[in-house]
Amino acid sequence: MTTSPLADVRAGLIAVFPPVVAVVPFALILGQQATAKGLSPAEMLAMSSIVFAGSSQLIAVGLWSQPAPIAALALMALLVNLRHVLMGASLSGKIAHFGRLRPLAAFLLTDEAWALSERRAIDQPISRAFYFTVALTLFGFWQVASVLGTLLGAHLEHPEALGLDFAFPAIFIALALGFWKGARRTGPVLVASATVAVIVHATVPGAWYVIAGALAGIVAAVLAAPREAPAGKEATP
Amino acid sequence: MTIDPVNLAAILAMGIVTYLTRIAGFLIADRLPKSGPVRVALDALPPAVLVAVVAPIVLSGPIEAVAGIATLLLAFRLPLIGVVVVGVGLVALLRLAFG
Repeated sequence: MTTSPLADVRAGLIAVFPPVVAVVPFALILGQQATAKGLSPAEMLAMSSIVFAGSSQLIAVGLWSQPAPIAALALMALLVNLRHVLMGASLSGKIAHFGRLRPLAAFLLTDEAWALSERRAIDQPISRAFYFTVALTLFGFWQVASVLGTLLGAHLEHPEALGLDFAFPAIFIALALGFWKGARRTGPVLVASATVAVIVHATVPGAWYVIAGALAGIVAAVLAAPREAPAGKEATP
Repeated sequence: MTIDPVNLAAILAMGIVTYLTRIAGFLIADRLPKSGPVRVALDALPPAVLVAVVAPIVLSGPIEAVAGIATLLLAFRLPLIGVVVVGVGLVALLRLAFG
């Protein structure tokens, strides 16, 4: 089940194409918002390359003032990005063979790179060539598009009219389908996660809804699992 | 093309906590068991996170809900890029018509 690095680079480029289409408008909007808050193109590049986490960057730009509220921005980034802990825990064993590249793989971990890698791990091992092709491509486009956004931002006044904000949920819905393992195993996970996420999103400010929904989903998985194990012992009628 | 020192400090602070969230999962996972309930939980994590991110967006309005259901159905048939293009186009059309 080994494929050549070149084939994995190709597979990575094909896989990463839809997220790039989704990420570029997002980064352009981020750049435009940053300009409106008085951030320079160089500061945008510094943030995009050092933080490299879209949602937290967009929220940060919304919170930005002069002088920058350092503690509030750091706490916000921590809360918005806490979901990475769960993603890293899930991905870790699947990229154990990355060796000394693991800290770099962690730095480049994004929702999109993680989701594509988890999807690929269902069918075959995640190679370094695949992961870094996906992650570095996203990194490159993120830098270029967010800086471009600071330069051309004024022309993108109503991006939501083009529906571009829906590209991200569309990708996640399509990827989520890949994890379907039947109504009994995956059904409770999806229902619990969606229900709790929606309730927490409506009642608690901030990004806690992702953590709360994900935790509800995995609790549902654990509660649903033991019923399946003894069921195997019973003979079919 | 300048970088303000306070802005840079804020960017570095955000970068450090964000990297901690990224590496923390790797460090914890190395100490987690390979089977049992913890394993079941980790295996369920990808769909749980994806759905938790998407559900509030899809339920944020009637246009998003319609497009979300359409996207889900399309995803059984179309490749990812097709799902994105049709989903985005549908949202743009619905907003033009009803927005």
